[in-house]
Amino acid sequence: MISVKGVTKRFGDYVALDDVSLEVPDGSLTALLGPSGSGKSTLLRIIGGLELPDEGSIEINGEDATAVPPQRRGIGFVFQHYAAFKHMTVNDNVAFGLSVRKKPKAEIEDRVGELLKIVGLAGYAGRYPSQLSGGQRQRMALARALAVEPRVLLLDEPFGALDAKVRAELREWLRKLHEDVHVTTLLVTHDQEEAMSIASRIVVMDNARIEQIGSPAELYDKPANPFVMGFLGEITKVGDDLVRPHDITIRHEPGERSHEGVVTRITLLGFEVRVELMLGGGNTISAQLTRAEADALELATGDVVWLTTEGEGVLPSQALPEERSSEAEEAPA
Amino acid sequence: MATGLAPRLTLRFIAIGYLVALVMVPLGMIFYRTFEDGFVAFWEQVTTPAGISALNLSLIIVAIVVPLNVVFGVVTALALARGNFRGKRVVETVVDLPFAVSPVVVGVSLILLWGIDGWFGGLADHGIRVIFSLPGMVIATIFVTLPFVVREVEPVLHEIGDEQEQAAATLGASWRQTFWRITLPAIRWGLLYGVVLTVARSLGEFGALIVVAGGVSGESQTLTLLVHARYIDDHNTFGAYAAATVLMGLALLTLFLMTLLNKKREPV
Repeated sequence: MISVKGVTKRFGDYVALDDVSLEVPDGSLTALLGPSGSGKSTLLRIIGGLELPDEGSIEINGEDATAVPPQRRGIGFVFQHYAAFKHMTVNDNVAFGLSVRKKPKAEIEDRVGELLKIVGLAGYAGRYPSQLSGGQRQRMALARALAVEPRVLLLDEPFGALDAKVRAELREWLRKLHEDVHVTTLLVTHDQEEAMSIASRIVVMDNARIEQIGSPAELYDKPANPFVMGFLGEITKVGDDLVRPHDITIRHEPGERSHEGVVTRITLLGFEVRVELMLGGGNTISAQLTRAEADALELATGDVVWLTTEGEGVLPSQALPEERSSEAEEAPA
Repeated sequence: MATGLAPRLTLRFIAIGYLVALVMVPLGMIFYRTFEDGFVAFWEQVTTPAGISALNLSLIIVAIVVPLNVVFGVVTALALARGNFRGKRVVETVVDLPFAVSPVVVGVSLILLWGIDGWFGGLADHGIRVIFSLPGMVIATIFVTLPFVVREVEPVLHEIGDEQEQAAATLGASWRQTFWRITLPAIRWGLLYGVVLTVARSLGEFGALIVVAGGVSGESQTLTLLVHARYIDDHNTFGAYAAATVLMGLALLTLFLMTLLNKKREPV
């Protein structure tokens, strides 16, 4: 278990973390999700001992680790750009942590062989990092981090530098690996899809603070605020409500608390149908229907329809999140 | 760009002609004069007691200066590349100063400091002679060669970044282990290149040495000083050519190493 208690970190005048507290349960796979500049990487680096907090403390398994150097924290750290030891072979990279601990040669050999098999690099022991693809380098880096049997595995945007296909493969692979190895894992990402597909728990961060903690379903269905709602999926505004496009119900006749709108465009997206509507006041929104719903309604452009919003995820829109959610989408890799 | 045949040939002719006239011909002349009377005559001039002593002294200075510059250079480069401290800009400038200051000025300033009337002149009373002896020559050579290792290693450190070092730390390596196993192998070609430049510059140093080295034949005379002494004082032009050819030979060797290293230095 990792406990972060009231951690604040400043870089000059810039506040990277503002009184952040968090608990990461043993054996969990937790994602720190947020746009760039939200403080998630800084939090991970503080947990790993690569940065010192200005205020607050870090406990790992009940022991205060705030001032413990990274060497003695029992962590494995995986960097976005692999941090491969370029002048060493794959074998020597993975063996590094054991070799600085002066473990017997035979033991190192066995462990490295075993790990290379787990990460699917068994035939690559003699290669140099420059001879590997990005995905292979990152798997090597994971094997290297796991070699020292860390209590905690910390991953800083581990798939951020890879192309989409490899990223999806590695995500799936990491999820399975976690099921087998079961080491407490904390993963930083700005990609909500990655967080949703891989983590059992997600910590959403923005502006140096934690906005919400919960399972992917909890965050999606019951977002605590417009930022979380907008960061985890598409949102649109109907009347005074913020709502997900698939929580909009379209009818041909007015009902209780319904909004009148005109269909401006219908786009078929395979299983889904996107309906663009103009509401009173010139506000354009888009609703998402299943193919069956759309067919049953027999919608056509120019139809006057009535919308209602249903579902748990509806938030009153005191603070419009439009600016912030568009900022989140721009988060660079 | 010149695409026609005539402009291309003209450009080539100018470039090669310039190099031939200014570099190849003068050096070739010395080479020609040295071996004009055969190898034996050259060998006799080079193996005189003064000749051997000068070669020895030049090599001894290199042997002392290189390790000191390696240690100082790597430490300074690490401090500049990895640290963020007050006065970093000033340190950067001071490191480059020897590039700008004429070696003669270096020699004069060393006499001011270490000479009999200088701040540390009192050392001579305790039997420690700096000026006109080996320590002075070493200090002068260090002064003029100081930037090479720093300037070759620092950019490499910037380029490799500190992620590998951080990764090593998270894997349990102490800073010592990280330095020997990660940092040093990563900077090795840049470091070697800095060493080669240092060697070449040390062997060739003249301006500062002629001020601080007594130039006593067989004692405090390096190869460059020997060339000068034979040519100017002894009117032994042939002897000067022979000693110059030895210097050139050493320079060509370092140049050859430099070319080899330059290929290795290219990022993978």
